[in-house]
Amino acid sequence: MADLRSEFIGIKSPNPFWLASAPPTDKEYNVRRAFEAGWGGVVWKTLGSEGPPVVNVNGPRYGAIYGADRRLLGLNNIELITDRPLEVNLREIKSVKRDYPDRALIVSLMVPCDEESWKAILKRVEDTEADGVELNFGCPHGMAERGMGSAVGQVPEYIEMVTRWVKQHSRMPCIVKLTPNISDIRGPARAAKAGGADAVSLINTINSITSVDLDDFAPEPTIDGKGTHGGYCGPAVKPIALNMVAEIARDAETAGLPISGIGGVTTWRDAAEFMTLGAGNVQVCTAAMTYGFKVVQEMISGLSEYMDRKGFTNTSELVGRAVPNVTDWQYLNLNYVTKAEIVQDDCIKCGRCFAACEDTSHQAITMSDDRTFTVKDEECVACNLCVEVCPVDCIEMKQMAKGSVDPRTGETVGDYANWTTHPNNPSATAAE
Amino acid sequence: MSHSQLTEGIVPGRLDPEGYCTNFADVAPPLGVQEARIAADRCYFCHDAPCMEACPTSIDVPLFIRQISTGTPEAAARTILEQNILGGMCARVCPTETLCEGACVRMDSEGEPVEIGALQRFATDTLMAKQDHPFSRASRTGKSVAVVGAGPAGLAAAHRLAMLGHEVTIYDAHAKPGGLNEYGIASYKAPGGFAQAEVAWLMQIGGITTVENWQLGREGDGDLADLLADHDAVFLGMGLSGVNALRLEGENKDGILPATDFIAELRQASDLAELPIGRDVVVIGGGMTAVDAAVQSKLLGALNVSLVYRRSRGEMPASLHEQEHALTHGVTIIENAAPVAIHGNGAVREVEFAYTRTGADGLEMTDQTFRLAADQVFKAIGQTLGDTPAKVEIAGGKIKVDGAGRTTADRVWAGGDCTHAGEDLTVTAVAQGRDAAQDIHHVLMEG
Repeated sequence: MADLRSEFIGIKSPNPFWLASAPPTDKEYNVRRAFEAGWGGVVWKTLGSEGPPVVNVNGPRYGAIYGADRRLLGLNNIELITDRPLEVNLREIKSVKRDYPDRALIVSLMVPCDEESWKAILKRVEDTEADGVELNFGCPHGMAERGMGSAVGQVPEYIEMVTRWVKQHSRMPCIVKLTPNISDIRGPARAAKAGGADAVSLINTINSITSVDLDDFAPEPTIDGKGTHGGYCGPAVKPIALNMVAEIARDAETAGLPISGIGGVTTWRDAAEFMTLGAGNVQVCTAAMTYGFKVVQEMISGLSEYMDRKGFTNTSELVGRAVPNVTDWQYLNLNYVTKAEIVQDDCIKCGRCFAACEDTSHQAITMSDDRTFTVKDEECVACNLCVEVCPVDCIEMKQMAKGSVDPRTGETVGDYANWTTHPNNPSATAAE
Repeated sequence: MSHSQLTEGIVPGRLDPEGYCTNFADVAPPLGVQEARIAADRCYFCHDAPCMEACPTSIDVPLFIRQISTGTPEAAARTILEQNILGGMCARVCPTETLCEGACVRMDSEGEPVEIGALQRFATDTLMAKQDHPFSRASRTGKSVAVVGAGPAGLAAAHRLAMLGHEVTIYDAHAKPGGLNEYGIASYKAPGGFAQAEVAWLMQIGGITTVENWQLGREGDGDLADLLADHDAVFLGMGLSGVNALRLEGENKDGILPATDFIAELRQASDLAELPIGRDVVVIGGGMTAVDAAVQSKLLGALNVSLVYRRSRGEMPASLHEQEHALTHGVTIIENAAPVAIHGNGAVREVEFAYTRTGADGLEMTDQTFRLAADQVFKAIGQTLGDTPAKVEIAGGKIKVDGAGRTTADRVWAGGDCTHAGEDLTVTAVAQGRDAAQDIHHVLMEG
């Protein structure tokens, strides 16, 4: 078994799987269960300022979308930050950290946008001996209306300002949690770095309405006939999160800034993907909320086995390994020519590839009377749609050798060449 | 007087009352909402789906399953019933393992098809439970059609004709409509009076009159000429009323009867505990009727039930699924053996069989024989057409029809088991009845 011990901005944990700041980490009872189940770290659910705690709705807080067999693919929530008194949370944090010194325990914070509020809470958190703080600049619902959460995360100047206060008034490592509800994630990341953040974590949830009650004509979850937008998470958001993590990892200004990857991590494979795109560790919420804390065992065994297979001895060897291969469209090799090929022995003759190609793509698959499906190389643009819709994964994309002639275009497959030098590109012509 | 499975002879009440309830309960209980949702999720929504191709009534299976999966089972039922008005019964009795489910692409990938039959039942049961009839009649055409036989072919034809605006009269020889659905199939396949409930639901279309206890050509009832005088067209769907004989000495001994008679009696029995059954039962034949008779004998408490077929198990008309059903219920299947003599004094005591083999001229008997104890013997070696009107040409013992169901007689159509196109399947009969109705409509409206 590979060693999964992880060190993230100086914080050690037995594995890179942390629970994200969310309902599963709202109190001591849950967090102890999480640590017993094997989670490497926990980001305690967001604390607010001293005083009367926030209140939550007393109707449903979650909405979901499902795949086959009611498998939960996306989860939306309208829960706010912790609704328990500050002192209770702080006391529990201290107690848990004392009993689990080897686990990472980070405290998520969200207080009003003034220096005194941040200064006050940081002192209280330091007393718990927690390993660090995470600044919640991400929550898109409820708190944003009060000038906190994503209301801060959407203004890079605020991010920088608050981060600077935190670093000024605390020696604790500081992670800035970013909202994806923004046009370009690099702006907030750059601001966090400029403010002195030790790391960023992303993504927080995405603004969403998951469904509408078609009898009551109200968004779900519905509270007394009304609904509001909530934060979307779970497997469905992973592609959005992966891109944002990669954007920060490959941005010249933020390259090297540690990233804690969040967004739909459900299996060891998801975690490994985030890490190859630059995440030093990952945070998980929906998978635990869907299946319970035990899912971490599969993540641990899966990542270990993968690392053994790859000959990696430390998770740091995995981190960022795919970043150099993330590029802009214009640099993709236009002379990389592939053709779909259906492995007939494995084909179950469902015809979905045919319907997809015939109805919605390039009419590049033929169907015989006995339901044999064959790719027409002279029509196939290698779009991959047939591969994606095949229920048994029996279609492969085969690369054409250099020097061979693409029957679709009649052109010879040549050396690497991209859009920047393509004759159809007006900019390319201008550059000559 | 109490009997047990060990009691010799043909006696009633071999089981305790609970035994009958358990044995004759729904053989394939309906799917619950959750089961249906999970089963529906397994459908791939294939293009030009093989299951649809395999269905004699061409039900759009992927569409109706998708309709179930999106929470609209009533819409699913309509998709089914548009093609097959007896979709409820077919969901129960179709040999799906050789039809839609046998063609399911999941058979290739994992050997377990989507449960199409069970899903079809889920959809149709949901609709029928609401007593909702989703079809209505077109404006009246003023034409009248006679349908002979209230079995699957006749009912399908009648419903389609009524829907198209014609007036329909169904003439049936039995006291109750339904044909083999009511009198012929195993009781546990459609318990709870489903056959009658389905007919009642079907009749909601309106425009259909039924005449019971009326047999074509019987003195006092009427013949084809009478029907043609009273109606614009006639559809013959009377099925097969005769049974093949063993052609053996002693065939008329007590205890020997057609399997179809036994099944009909069982289906109409108000109390199964009063239905006598032998201790040692021998069923001769290899089709679904043979299996239904053998299994139900066992379920009534017969101690030993043997199903003897003259060819190999692989050649049995009953599907592998049906054979396994029989074996699971304790029926002994003996293959490659044919009856050569019946022994007994007044009543049958033993049947003597010779083993068979395939020779140059087909099946031949060997010298090796064996005897099976039997106090009851059910013959299930095929059924035959009863008397038919002279004007209607017969081919191979069945009514000759063309692709549209037209017979050689003018204004006379036919469908189902009584035709040479029949396959002894409910679903095929429905398709033929429906298609003949469309052709009748076409002809009547052109003329």
